This record gives sequence, structure tokens and C-alpha cells, in this order.
Amino acid sequence: MIEGSQQYWRWREYHLVFPEKRPKQSSIITAGVDIGSVSSKAVIMVNGEIYSISIMRTGSSSPDSAKKVMEWALKDTELKLSDIHYIVGTGYGRVNVPMAHNTLTEIACHAKGANYIWGPTVRTILDVGGQDIKAIKCDEKGKVLSFLMNDKCAAGTGRGMEVLADLLKIPIEEMGAVSLNVDEEPEPVSCTCVAFARTEAMWLLRRGWTKEKVLAAYMRAMAIRMCNLLQRVGCESELAVTGGQSKNVGIISRVESLLGMKTLPMPEWEKDGRDPMAAGAIGAALFAKALHEKAKK
Amino acid sequence: MRRRTCIITYYGYMDGSGEYYIVIDSSICDGCGLCVGQCPKKIIETAKAMIDIEEKIVATVKEEHRKNIKYECLPCKPDKETPPCVSVCKNNAIRIIWKAKA
Ligand code: SF4
Ligand code: SF4
Repeated sequence: MIEGSQQYWRWREYHLVFPEKRPKQSSIITAGVDIGSVSSKAVIMVNGEIYSISIMRTGSSSPDSAKKVMEWALKDTELKLSDIHYIVGTGYGRVNVPMAHNTLTEIACHAKGANYIWGPTVRTILDVGGQDIKAIKCDEKGKVLSFLMNDKCAAGTGRGMEVLADLLKIPIEEMGAVSLNVDEEPEPVSCTCVAFARTEAMWLLRRGWTKEKVLAAYMRAMAIRMCNLLQRVGCESELAVTGGQSKNVGIISRVESLLGMKTLPMPEWEKDGRDPMAAGAIGAALFAKALHEKAKK
Repeated sequence: MRRRTCIITYYGYMDGSGEYYIVIDSSICDGCGLCVGQCPKKIIETAKAMIDIEEKIVATVKEEHRKNIKYECLPCKPDKETPPCVSVCKNNAIRIIWKAKA
């Protein structure tokens, strides 16, 4: 990116510390690091509660991204990396989180994280990440019962949204709301492949479609694919949405109307760190606690 | 009544032409590896998986084949016949979903 030009794709990277959760002498300190294809997340927990959280863009190397996001999570805490009793790494594909004591699948971590964020009533989780969509069913303890992943085509994922944000010059965080600004829903676009997103969107614009209409057509196509996945695993209430697109109202509201089912509301994550985008890292930090306790026995 | 826990993994995808999944239930798979030997395309392997916080050896579809199931499994005619991976499993831990649109 050229300096000075606005980076429309850029979502907010952030770091939050909750000093009231500060560790004491006997506290169990654990961490979860989730290296996704687009964003990296780190969560530090004290006795199973979020003390610090950081989210940033994933760089070209996963070990470096893991190091950076963990360093950021440690900032403004009284902790050093060596104070953490157990670290679990997770993420897209075969990630490499060098400081992790163990690595778990992102599916298990997402389910555990969603269970922490919304509580035991969560039965179905739709995770929309940077390059894949996952539909997960879990029990009241956040244990995975079944899951389905679609990473064949990066349909309706973070990466596709970034491409469109850049082309349409609309900040990524506003795209969902903008897409709802249409009089009636257009036909969904036929292909939601990232590779063609740009070309197809440009073609529609040339035909006189407004930006709003183009976005609506995209998000509708994405929502349809997501609903197909959910129906395959059997969508049961309550339904939670995690991952980078969980804050995209354009997608969420369409999924809700297609399914005829409400999704769980966005928690007040700025107050306690329960950010659905970080569900994987939250779950990883919880598993870290369980694994640490198991190792001590 | 307690529901049996099952950990079902759908390997495969859905695209414009239909749905193609190899479905493996890790809670009943005992990792015996019979399916691995029966698969003509050698796309199944047994590997360590973390099931909750316990490690277990189970059948999985090799990562490099997951995006190609539509072509890899086609010779087994999963829409008409019972593929060898499915018929060999005494635990009924494997099934195939094959729905090509006409
Ligand atoms: S034959 Fe059945 S039990 Fe044996 S490894 Fe394959 S799926 Fe598992
Ligand atoms: S359907 Fe045939 S090719 Fe596909 S996994 Fe089973 S045995 Fe292998």
C-alpha cells in the first residue's frame, strides 16, 4: 500500500487489557494464539477469564505473526512470556506457533470460544474467516459434535470483502451497512470467488449498478452459501456467528432472513474482550487451562 | 437420556455442480486403518487428532486431496455403489455424501 492513500480494506487492529483481571500469586495464567489467513489473535487468560487481547493483521510468516501478536498482548500487562503457564496455538492450515506448548484444531477452539462468549445455549456456530467458512455443531459444554468446512472457494470470506472494499472505496467496516441500503434485494451474483470478485463487480458497475446494489448482490450470494453449509450440518438454535465477518450486518441480517432464525447478539466485547472475531484464541486459552491442569495432576 | 457424542468431520465441499463429502465419525472410528488399504486413490490416512483434549488416532482425508474429492472419488461411483472405504469399515464410521446436480 502506498503511504497516504486510504486503506479501505483495513479493519481495526486493537489491543485491550482488563486490569481488574490482573493475576495474583496463585493464578493460573494461560494464553491462546490463533493465526488465521487474514488476522492473528492472542488472548491471555487469568484463571480462565480474559485479561488481555490483541488482534492484528497476519504477516507473511506465521511464526513471526505469532510472536508479534503475543508480544502485543503482553504489552501493558505485568507479565512476561515466561510467566504464562501454558500456551495453545491454533489457526488456518498447518500453522506454526513457536511458543505454543500444544496445537489444537481451530474447530475445537472456535466451539469452546463461542461457548465462553455466549454461554451453554450455543448449538450451532457459523465461522466466517479470512479464507473459509465453517459450520460447527457443539454441545452445551462447547464440545464439537460435527463440523463442515468450505475452503474450496473463498466464497464470502474476509479476503473477498477486502478486495471489494478496495475496488468500491468503501471502508470495510461500513460495507455491511451500505449493502442494506437498497430498495429491493438484487439477484445474487453467480460466483463469489475472490479471483473473479473484482472483474464481476467492475462489470456490474459498468452496467450502471450502484455500489450498494453490487454489495447487496455479493452479500446475498455469500449468505446463501453459508445457509447451505448450515443446513448440511443441521442448523439448531441458538446460532452464533464468529470470525472476522461476525460484525458484518450485511451478511448477518441476510443469513437470518434466509434461515428464518435470529443469530445471537454481539456481546459488549469492548468491556470484557469477548470478541467473536477472537473466538478461536479464546477457546485456545481455555484449552490451555484444561491442559495445564491435566498436566499437573 | 444422554445423547451419544459424535465428532463428525465433513471432508469435501459444495460448489456450483453439487455436494461432495467424505464423512468420518471420529468417535466411533478406532483407527484400524482398513479403509486406508482399500482406497484405490490412497487419499485416506490415519493420523493423530485431538478430540477435545485427548489424542486419538483416526481416519482422515489427506489435506492435499480435500479440495478434489469430486474427481478423486468419482471412479468409485459413490452415487450408485458402496465405495470400498465405506464397505470395509466394520464400525460404520465412514459415509459418502454425493449429490451432483443434473
Ligand atoms: S475402517 Fe473404519 S474404523 Fe477403521 S480406520 Fe477406517 S474409518 Fe476408522
Ligand atoms: S470413495 Fe473411493 S476414492 Fe474416495 S475415499 Fe472411498 S475408496 Fe477412496
